[in-house]
Parts: sequence; C-alpha cells; structure tokens
Amino acid sequence: MKLYEQTAAQLSRLLQKKEVSSVEVVQSFLDRIEMVEPYVKSFITHTPAMALDMASSADSRRLNGEEMNPLAGVPIAVKDNISTAGLRTTCASRVLENYIPPYDATVIRALREAGMPLLGKTNMDEFAMGSSTENSAFYPTRNPWDLGRVPGGSSGGSAVAVSTGMAPLALGSDTGGSIRQPAALCGLTGLRPTYGRVSRYGLIAFASSLDQIGPLALTAEDSALLMNVIAGHDPLDSTSLPEAGPDYASGFDGNVKRLRIGVIRENVSDHFDPEVTSAVLKAIALLKEHGAIIDEVSLPLTDYGLSAYYLIAPSEASSNLGRYDGVRYGFNAGGDNIEEMFSRTRGRGFGPEVKRRIMIGTYALSAGYYDAYYLQAMKVRTLIRRDYESAFRRFDILIGATTPAPAFKIGEKTSEPLQMYLSDICNITDSLAGLPSLSVPCGINTDGLPLGMQLTASPLNDSLLLKVAGFLEQKRDPLPLRPVVKLPEGGVI
Amino acid sequence: MAYEVVIGLEIHLELQTCSKLFCGCGTAFGQEPNTNCCPVCLGLPGSLPVFNRRAIELAVTAALALNGDIQEESRFDRKNYFYPDLPKAYQISQFERPLSRGGCLQIEVDGNRREIRLERIHLEEEAGKLIHSGDSIMGSEYSLVDYNRAGIPLLEIVTAPDIASGREARIFLEDLRSVLLYSGASDCKMEEGSLRCDANISLRPAGSENLGTKTEVKNMNSFRSVEMALNYEAERQENILAAGGKITQETCHWDEEKKITVPLRSKEGSSDYRYFPEPDLLPLALDSSFIKNIAASLPEMPAARRERLKEQYGLSSKEAVLFTTNRQLGDFFEAAAQTYSSYKNLAGWVQGDLMYQLRESGRSIEEIDPLRFVELLKLLDKKDINRPVAKELLAEMVLNGTSPEKLVKEKSLGRISGSDRLQPLIEQVIAENPAAAENYRRGKDKALAYLVGRAMALTAGRADPGELTKLFKEQISR
Repeated sequence: MKLYEQTAAQLSRLLQKKEVSSVEVVQSFLDRIEMVEPYVKSFITHTPAMALDMASSADSRRLNGEEMNPLAGVPIAVKDNISTAGLRTTCASRVLENYIPPYDATVIRALREAGMPLLGKTNMDEFAMGSSTENSAFYPTRNPWDLGRVPGGSSGGSAVAVSTGMAPLALGSDTGGSIRQPAALCGLTGLRPTYGRVSRYGLIAFASSLDQIGPLALTAEDSALLMNVIAGHDPLDSTSLPEAGPDYASGFDGNVKRLRIGVIRENVSDHFDPEVTSAVLKAIALLKEHGAIIDEVSLPLTDYGLSAYYLIAPSEASSNLGRYDGVRYGFNAGGDNIEEMFSRTRGRGFGPEVKRRIMIGTYALSAGYYDAYYLQAMKVRTLIRRDYESAFRRFDILIGATTPAPAFKIGEKTSEPLQMYLSDICNITDSLAGLPSLSVPCGINTDGLPLGMQLTASPLNDSLLLKVAGFLEQKRDPLPLRPVVKLPEGGVI
Repeated sequence: MAYEVVIGLEIHLELQTCSKLFCGCGTAFGQEPNTNCCPVCLGLPGSLPVFNRRAIELAVTAALALNGDIQEESRFDRKNYFYPDLPKAYQISQFERPLSRGGCLQIEVDGNRREIRLERIHLEEEAGKLIHSGDSIMGSEYSLVDYNRAGIPLLEIVTAPDIASGREARIFLEDLRSVLLYSGASDCKMEEGSLRCDANISLRPAGSENLGTKTEVKNMNSFRSVEMALNYEAERQENILAAGGKITQETCHWDEEKKITVPLRSKEGSSDYRYFPEPDLLPLALDSSFIKNIAASLPEMPAARRERLKEQYGLSSKEAVLFTTNRQLGDFFEAAAQTYSSYKNLAGWVQGDLMYQLRESGRSIEEIDPLRFVELLKLLDKKDINRPVAKELLAEMVLNGTSPEKLVKEKSLGRISGSDRLQPLIEQVIAENPAAAENYRRGKDKALAYLVGRAMALTAGRADPGELTKLFKEQISR
C-alpha cells in the first residue's frame, strides 16, 4: 500500500515506529497532488517546499527523542479561510486574492507545534458561503466520485483533498453544514465540534456565532487524533469554552449498548432521496442490533431553522465583511473619492452569492426591519435550542441523514439559490444550537456516490459522536475509503 | 417671547489604561503612526476581541463616581458604518444594554446648586485618526490614517437635557473633569483628545415642557469653546425663532477661528448603524462584590470635598472651588492646615503668593513642602520678618526648597526694630531728603510715606515700618 493510501492513524504508527520519515510521507502526498489535482482542483495555494521543510523538522525533532504528538509528521491541508502567517489566505475571494496574514490562527499554531506539515490551502465557496464550492472566485472543485458533480461545500477543497489521497487530513469550517455536507458528499467523516470547542481566532469570519473549525478525515479515529491537536481553550477567543478537552482518541471500544438514540423524523424523510433514507435506516438497524435503544423524535422547528439561519448568518456576515473596503489590505479598485473607492472595491471584489448575503443581512439589521427579521430569527434560535435541550433529556444522540440527496451535478443549483440553501436543511438547526454534529459515511448509492448520516450530541459530547462513528465503521458492511477517480479522457487514478 | 435653552451633552472620554480595550497594544499618546497596532485593533480578518479587565474596572469606577447604576449584566453591540478610520467597519459599543444607567452630577452655578442628570454611561472602542491633505475626506487629494488610537477604551457619558446655558455646560464639564480626575479613570486631556464633547441644543418657550427642534454641535475643542459655541448657537436659534422661522434638525460644526457654528452637509435621513449584539463577545457580567469593592475604594468626590472645605476651614465658595478643581493645591492646603490654624490667612497665601511663585519658578505644587511653608507663615505671624522679606523667602523656598528659618539666620534677615537701631537711620534719611522732611512738616502726609519707604529701602525691607512711622513723626515736629 502506498503511503498516500494510508489513514492518518496508520501513518502515525509508521512514523512513531520510525518505519518511514515524514519527508517520505509528505513526498508521497505531493506526488499524488501532482497526479490528481489537475482533475479536481482542490487547492488554491500549494506549499510543497514548506511542507517538506516542516516534515524534515518534524523528523529531526522525532530523531532527537522529543516527545511528540502522535500526528507529528502527518501532513494536512487547510481550508483557505484559516489565517496562515506569511502565506496568502484568500477565502476564495478576489477581495483577498493577494492578502498575506501577518499572524497564524490558533489552530495553525497548534498544527505547527504538533509538527504537522502544511500541504496547502484548499478551495472553498467564497467566504464559506455556499454548498458546492462553485462559489469560489477562482474555480470550482470537482467531486472525485464523479467529476461531473460537486463535492459539496463550502469546505469542498478540503473534502476532496482527503477523499483523493492528496492529504490524509484536512481542516474545514462549518457554519451551517460546511464540513458535514461535503463530508457526506465525498464519503468522509466530518465533525463540526461544539461551538467554542475549537478556537476561532484566525478563522476569517463568515457568521461569528455559528463558525466552527473542524476535521475532515477518512475515519473517526483520524478525526479524533486531529481533534486532540486543535481542541481546547484559547484565551484569544472570548467564545472559546473554558473546559479542557478530553482525549478524543480513547474509548473506541465499539460498544453502543443502552445508548439512547433519537431518530429525527424530519431528517429521515419520505421527501429525501430513497437511497439516502434506506442507508440511514440500515445503519440505525445495525445500532439497534448492538443494543442501542432507538426511538423517534420530532424537531418541528427545522423549517423555521432554515429561515432563521438565512437571516442570522447573513446579518453577521454583512457586518463581518464590512472591513473589506480596500483601505488597509486586500483588493482596492480605486476611485475618485472614498465612497467610490468603497463601492467599487466591494462591487468588484465580492462574488454574487457574497453580495446577495450582504444585502440580505444588511436588510435584516436595518432600522424598521430588525425586529421582524433579525430579532425574530434570534427568538427562533432560542426555541430551537430548547427543542434540543428537551430532546437530549431523552436521548444521548440524535440521528438522521446528513443531506437529502447525494452529490448533485455541477451547475445544477447555481441559478437557484434557494435550492442550494435547501441542501443544508439537515445541518442548520444543530449549528444554530451550537451542538457537536458529525457526518459519517453510511453507504454508496447505485450511481456509486457516497451517502452520509448525521449524528448530533449535546454540547461537549463530541467524543461520543466519534465513538459511535467508529463503531459504525467497524460493524457496517465495508465501504471503499476512497473513490476510483474516472478520468474524462478514460482511465482511472 | 422669552425662550429657555435646553442642552444635553455627549461626552467621550479615553480611559487611562495601559493597553487597549480588546487587545494588548499600548495606549501611549504621540507614538510613531501605526506602531501601536496588532491584528485585533487593525481588524485583520480572523482576529477577535478579548476584554481588558482594567478598562472595565475604570469604567465602573467612573460610573460609580457619577452615581450611575451599574448593570450587573450589560452587552456589547456592533455599530456598523463605513469610514477609513474604523478598521472593522463597525465599532464595538454598547447600545441596548449599557454598563450604567442614570447617575447625576451636582454643580454650582453662581452660587446656586444644580443637578444635571445622566442618561447612561457605556464603554466602547476608539477609532483611528485621519489626517486629510485638504479640508475634509471628500475634498482631499489624499488622507492619511493612524490606527494607534484605534481600540483605546472610550467611555461615553450622555446627560439628560438638563443644562440651561453655555456657561452651565462649561461648569458641568469642569466639574465632570474633576470627578473623573479624582476617580482616576481618565486624564481628561482635551488637547490630546482624551476628552471630547458634542452637544444637542434646542430652545423652547420659557416654562414649556416640550422640547424644541434640536441641532447637534460638534468640534468644540475646549471647555471655553463649548461655552462660546453653545451661546452662539442659542442666539442663532433664538434669532430664527424670533423672526418666525423654524429650526432645521442638523449637525453643526463649531468654527473656532470665525467663532460661529456652520451646518454640515446634511445627508438625507438619519444614519442607520444596524446595531446588533456583538457575537464575538459574551455578555459582560459583573458580580456585585466586584462593584462593591470598587465603590468602597472610591476617593472623596469633588462636590463633597467642596462642601467639606467650606465647613471645616471656613473657606469661601471660590476658594473651595479652587482647592477642589486644583486637587493638588487643595491637598497642599489641607496638609499645611494640619499645623497651621489661621486657615483664611493660609488660603490667601496659597492662592496668592504661592501660586505666583509656582508660575514664576515653573515648580509644581507637589515639590513644595507644606511644613516649610507653614514655617514661613509663622515667622511672619511672630513679626520676626516683614512681608517683603517673607515674599523673598517664599521665592527662595519654592525655587530651592530652602528652609525659611535657616535663611533668616544665615542672611540675618530678621526685622530691625527698637529706637536705638532705628534713630540713626531716621536721621540719615532726613538729612538725605530735606525737601521731603520739609513737606511733611508743612502738612503733606504723603511725604511721610516717602520717607518710610526710603528707610525701608536702605534696610532691604527689614525695618519695622510701624516703628519707623512713629519715629519719623516724633523727629519731624510739625
């Protein structure tokens, strides 16, 4: 088996036993990138030299006998909305096309300390606004399971990099499904941690009260290893949770006995793709077979959740994105006076979806509309939180499909924003409630596309999600870890 | 028709913290542009604010000193607008739930006590500073921006419309400054921009309860210009109303050179700041023991001190105000009063000759030893020295810190008295000024003063003038 085909946990073991060097590992992924990247376009910025440098420094630290994180030497790809000192961070936007941050995000510092080489910055929907990675200002990323389809979004680049073996791990960010939905569409495990569990410092804000950084990985164990690197309290983020994180990688004992699982009626729906629903039901049956207590639960506020989300997130975005005015950094379109400079810079610097959300958000916060839109949405958010609180008095985990359907075709929904928004319908409400939520693969449909199932827990129970996902990996019928990429010119890689 | 003036003030005050409100950058004034900056105060993408605990302590201190009702839970909001001095395109401020509600300040205007109520006090962040190549941002070839100031903690104090004249506004501001200086919350340096004031002003028929249409006056750079600007604006409004006109609600700029208010180009409608709760910060929860501890450590406030000075030392209103406004001078007075009980005399010397000598020498009051000062006054009281000598000694003491008693001994500056020592002097002066002596003899009283003056001059002011007068009178028989 080639190095790039290994999971992060496998690579970690090889590295710890000094059977391979990090430089060899990184080189394997760089070679793979060279081969696959032209077909899928996962990355915005490649950093091969930096990756090799960091790899060789990880190797010498290990040779010196330094106590190191298990993932030391295992490389990673990072979504391009996470600030990297000295390395351009674009948010897939023209407005930040040449922006080089002078500081590292807290998670990047954690990766550096752990000795994880950075392979590059991955493509995304501009400012993380989108569900297909088609809103990147540069180019769309393609789904390796079917190059004619989208990988999901907004963390599509990160998902595809892991899915194709261009990186063993990746960081994404999830505001309303941006980790879980592409994970489902690319056959990965994607965790949106409890809000406040992973520092947002250095994550370029889309919607501050919803954004969370999280791992995209091949397995639950890989996700857990990465959580051990990035989770924890950060004094630079006032919304960071004060509790120290647990060891996410321990306790994968494969036991779901007496685990109380609530099946969310609205997310295992007749309106969904039947293959999705049957894959989810099959996984639920498996859990039941192994002693989990299964019951149904309704979260009737889901419909309102989508509306509330599309008011709260754009409202915060309209404010967060005000700073891209051309004065201090990033794109500046010039103008005869300050107002012209502002409007030209923003008019030309932002893509249509970003502008649409800025306008929605500006409207929702405007005098005279604030009460009816923003405030009303915040009230709905509180009700959703209460709904979950009462559900978690009965259940340990809530379960449903991650997406109503598998990956859709490129261009299929770009002209219909509302259809695009609906692809996140299952991911929105737990985002609003700040809950940890994870997508785990649960099947492959007849077209050979991966299907995902979503598990949600109460705050700070991220590790429970990883354990249940790990259980499913072990007990279900085996699924391919990665796609065989069929090339348009024929042949496979 | 008689009108009454209604004024409300909005004061912005930089709090005296070492670091900014949401990051660790320094707050020192006068640094190289854009050197006290970091990703947070520059609003770089991805950066996040974190509370500066000291700023919150100082804000609570100031609000308590102004009798505000500190809210155990307050919240920060974003005030959104585009301007190049605002790095994030929003200012983190407090809108719906301020740090403190209510409060008041007692002031004294021409001997009458007035209570000015406060609406609210809240905490927010300062913006950067723009320097335009021309007059304004739209009329400039280019503008420069310095973000050193961006993120410095600002306290906004909003008064009720309780102020009735420009003069009252000035007195309010002076008293407010005293309170804030006493509390230690701010250095209140208007010239460095650490205290700024905008005003809302309207007129209404005397005795009416309804508020008239107001204008907002900005750009007043000193307490004096606040008084002048508001007096000017009140008169301008009165002239319009008296001529049957209507006031337009607008923002005016005080032109310091021309001494007039000039309406700014008004934009249609009012600006919409799209306030909403700042998602990057948790609500600010202050437990009651935190508030109580600060309240317990507050020093005596100026109004209380003023009253106490009058009562305890029998000082006049004017003196009490001086010793309150000039806190150090008042502290000096009180320290000296511990060992000197002629308070009126002490107060007179402190505000008169001592202040004069301080100005002359460039020394500050903190450098002067109140015990030495008392020494001097006691020498004078015992008639060991004369007033002119006392003044000389005071100058020497202020400049070099020399003990007056020691100086008297060293330079033998003691008073010359007794007819045996003065008789030869009398004779000498009469011999040298026969015409004056003759004039006095013929009934001109003024000539006597001249002769005494000559004798004083010859003894460098040390002779006892009373005794001299007596001896001259005896010597020159009319």
